[in-house]
Amino acid sequence: MLETILALLIIIGAFFTLVGSIGLYKLPDFYMRLHGPTKATTLGVGAILVASALYFSFKPGEISLHEILVTVFLFITAPVSAHLMAKAAIHIKLKQIERTKNTPYQADNNS
Amino acid sequence: MLDIALPIAFTLVSFALALSLLRLIIGPDLPDRILALDTLYINSIALLILLGLYLGSALYFEAALLIAVMGFVGTVALSKYLLRGDIME
Amino acid sequence: MINKILPHPILTVVLWISWLLLNNSFDPGHMVLGLILAIFIPWFTSSFWQEKVCLKNPLTLLKFFGVVMWDIVIANITVAKLILGKNDKLQPAFFYIDLDVEHRLGISILANTISLTPGTVSCDLTADRKRLLIHALHVEDIDQTIADIKQRYEKPLKEVFTKC
Repeated sequence: MLETILALLIIIGAFFTLVGSIGLYKLPDFYMRLHGPTKATTLGVGAILVASALYFSFKPGEISLHEILVTVFLFITAPVSAHLMAKAAIHIKLKQIERTKNTPYQADNNS
Repeated sequence: MLDIALPIAFTLVSFALALSLLRLIIGPDLPDRILALDTLYINSIALLILLGLYLGSALYFEAALLIAVMGFVGTVALSKYLLRGDIME
Repeated sequence: MINKILPHPILTVVLWISWLLLNNSFDPGHMVLGLILAIFIPWFTSSFWQEKVCLKNPLTLLKFFGVVMWDIVIANITVAKLILGKNDKLQPAFFYIDLDVEHRLGISILANTISLTPGTVSCDLTADRKRLLIHALHVEDIDQTIADIKQRYEKPLKEVFTKC
């Protein structure tokens, strides 16, 4: 039972990691590429880390929770680095794909 | 069950690493490369944790934590360089 | 009295827990050493933490984190579908959202949440901390997305982080 859950978590995690990288590779412009790694990769690695925490908690009969630390760290830092990279990209006026609605440079509001 | 799942996971994460590496090489701009580097860091954390599961050893966790910290600091420093470096011109 | 010893109680608890998790043990020795560090580090760094943080409704915050966790999983399935599907049909967009939250920590938590949930990444905050620039991977109705974000994430955060 435990092994099945572990195997599922590992496969799901690896799959999402791959999806993040596929997004990084095939999406057309930088701002869209930003979405793949920040979301999919973070969740994928998080799932693998949870699997690892479960594995080492049940295997030798002692609790191993320090994987939680890496998971929390990744979930806090991924949006921060994404924000900074987007800010840097806007600062050097990187081109976005043409069909994007609005541009960040002339700050015309939503609606 | 795990002996089947782990090799599959290794394959998937390796493909992810290869794709990030491709994006790192083809660019085309600096932020793309920073993003690819960041993704490479996170993918390598996944690979290390999988290796720890495969070998049944918790030793690799420390390395994963260090990569996570250094990767974040590196990404922030590179982005800050882009934000600041332009002002000096 | 308690404010003198523990200027930042939340920081103390977080530091203590992370020390125990880093050592991966709950021995009494580590408990004591961690507690000493968790009390002294906020003292030495208190000049960096000038803004007081006080939580009004801890339960609302917990509920908020539960909602966010669930949304992260859903968001990932949505984004995976968008990435693996045809990329030509995606309609990316930039838009500004007017912030009601004024507390700095509230704004940063909101920005982080936006980055982790359905198809949106927060890109920039205006200098007066009033508007947040957001990029969305695929958006059909911008007003609807803004309303969703305001209703789902900003409202609970506004309740929790108020001026104290």
